[in-house]
Amino acid sequence: MSSLVVENLSIEFGGVRAVDGVSFAVEPGETFAIIGPNGAGKSTIFNLISRIYEPSNGSIHYGERNLLDVPPHRVVNLGIARTFQNIDLFEQATVLQNLLVGRHSRMSRNLLRDFLFIAGARAREREHRRKVEDIIDLLQIAHYRDQKISDLSYGARKNVELARALCAEPTLLLLDEPASGLNQEETDDVSFWLDDVKHDLGVTIVMVEHDMGLVGRVADRVMAINDGKLLAIGTPDEVRNNPDVQQAYLGIPA
Amino acid sequence: MQIIFKTSYDQDINILSKRGEYIRVTLLIVSMLAAPLFLDVYYLSELGLLLVYAIAGIGLMISTGFTGQVSFGHAAFLGIGAYCHSILMTTGVPFSVSVVLTTLFCGFIGMLLGRSASRMHGFYLAVATLAFLIIVETVIGEWTSLTGGYAGFLVPELQIFGVYLPEIWQQYYVDLGLTLFVVWGTANLLRSPTGRAFLAVRDSELSARSLGINVEWVKIQSFGISAAITGIAGILLAHHLAYLSPETFGVLESLKLLLMIVVGGLGSITGAIFGAIFVSLLPVLLSLLRDVLPGAISQQAGLEPMLFGVIIVLFVVFEPDGINGRWKKLLHFFETFPYYRKASFVRQKRYLKTERMR
Repeated sequence: MSSLVVENLSIEFGGVRAVDGVSFAVEPGETFAIIGPNGAGKSTIFNLISRIYEPSNGSIHYGERNLLDVPPHRVVNLGIARTFQNIDLFEQATVLQNLLVGRHSRMSRNLLRDFLFIAGARAREREHRRKVEDIIDLLQIAHYRDQKISDLSYGARKNVELARALCAEPTLLLLDEPASGLNQEETDDVSFWLDDVKHDLGVTIVMVEHDMGLVGRVADRVMAINDGKLLAIGTPDEVRNNPDVQQAYLGIPA
Repeated sequence: MQIIFKTSYDQDINILSKRGEYIRVTLLIVSMLAAPLFLDVYYLSELGLLLVYAIAGIGLMISTGFTGQVSFGHAAFLGIGAYCHSILMTTGVPFSVSVVLTTLFCGFIGMLLGRSASRMHGFYLAVATLAFLIIVETVIGEWTSLTGGYAGFLVPELQIFGVYLPEIWQQYYVDLGLTLFVVWGTANLLRSPTGRAFLAVRDSELSARSLGINVEWVKIQSFGISAAITGIAGILLAHHLAYLSPETFGVLESLKLLLMIVVGGLGSITGAIFGAIFVSLLPVLLSLLRDVLPGAISQQAGLEPMLFGVIIVLFVVFEPDGINGRWKKLLHFFETFPYYRKASFVRQKRYLKTERMR
């Protein structure tokens, strides 16, 4: 198991320092939450870890590997999978196809072999289908296996996106607001699933979340940031009671 | 009402899983095989040409319909395929070797185009592929020593393994054989990781990348295989035309290919085939219309391109899923009878998508 170590991470967009010298470490098996007001730089940190943005300063290590040496499409091969804040599924494909794309980093492919469908192509498809079915069972999404994403409701899409990330068999899962747009009941489901994912699959979870109820229930440690700067790291209660964090959310007391 | 009860993963892996599909496709193939018994030479040759356009449509469908990379330049691959094959056969290369070499050559050129296209999107890509088409057309026209230039190039007769095949029905079977091969191969592609990577890149490059897909390489591959298949169509087209000239492979031909896949239905193999049927029937329909319409209209020069344009607009507005979409609705009507409702295919507006980070 590897730990995620972020040191002195910074990025600038024009004159704005969206993330400014943030350092933190996530231990294997931990559930780590990042909180902060809108525009604090939470999603930007995720986009830096998944290499969509190039940092202007700092380093990101996962285990022995320096992530900054890895191109974006190889990040998942290190065991880092993610979901997106506003759901980014393949809309015109079925749930099953989406999940099979999730297996992509684990599948060998060759244009000619795929075109002729020879050399064990069928056996390979079956084998990966079995893995996909395991995830389908875990998240209980069997009933919309054959539906197109464009036919699914918002909550179902959230589940499918989580399932797709899990299909890559990650060791580190980045969840960008897993409970946004969900009702109380669905949010409860998410917290159960996150528990399952953590205990059954042994996945380390880093999540950005606004729902402090969910954070309090599932997170082992919380990091609060504001204006790209780190405010506090600690247990949920410690962070909630931190005066700097309260000030960031509620403003300076008169 | 039909309910499919799945008992094996193979049902999802097989190309044809429903019994109805199986019967329809078998019937279609059998009737295609038997066609020379019923059709006279003219219609058989038209049917062969239809198959050629079906192949070209599938070629374009791979880059535009599956991978989402619009191309105005695919007539260039028809041209490259036709000329390359004709030139090779003139120099004495056997048919089968020439087909393989031409396909590989087209694939290679396609990958080069894909290499430059992989960093462009939407409008810029359309313009770049259009420029590519014009360059290829010009090169074919000006390279007189190799291609005969605008004077044209005589295509050698069809000859496989030393046997001349001068009859139309023989040529038709060559068309049919290659069509079946291309359809089968493309269907294979779609049920394997490469094809899914194409769809993934079409729907969301960002997600595709985060799941381990090398988006640039997938686009290069997609253009490569798309060009190779269009090249095969070019080879067969050369034998149908018997006489090549550069302007055959111009912008209008590219538009015809695009019209085909849009009207047929983007994103499916059947769509490309429906499109080919449509563009092959359109001239026939037009000639019928000409007899009915008053001379002032029917003698107009631009009647055909104008109708192309009007039809594309009508489809984009009223049936974005094309003929294939209609076909699916019709099937759904029968399969779910009597539960079909008008709203069965009405879709909600899409939800927010992640802001594009390119």
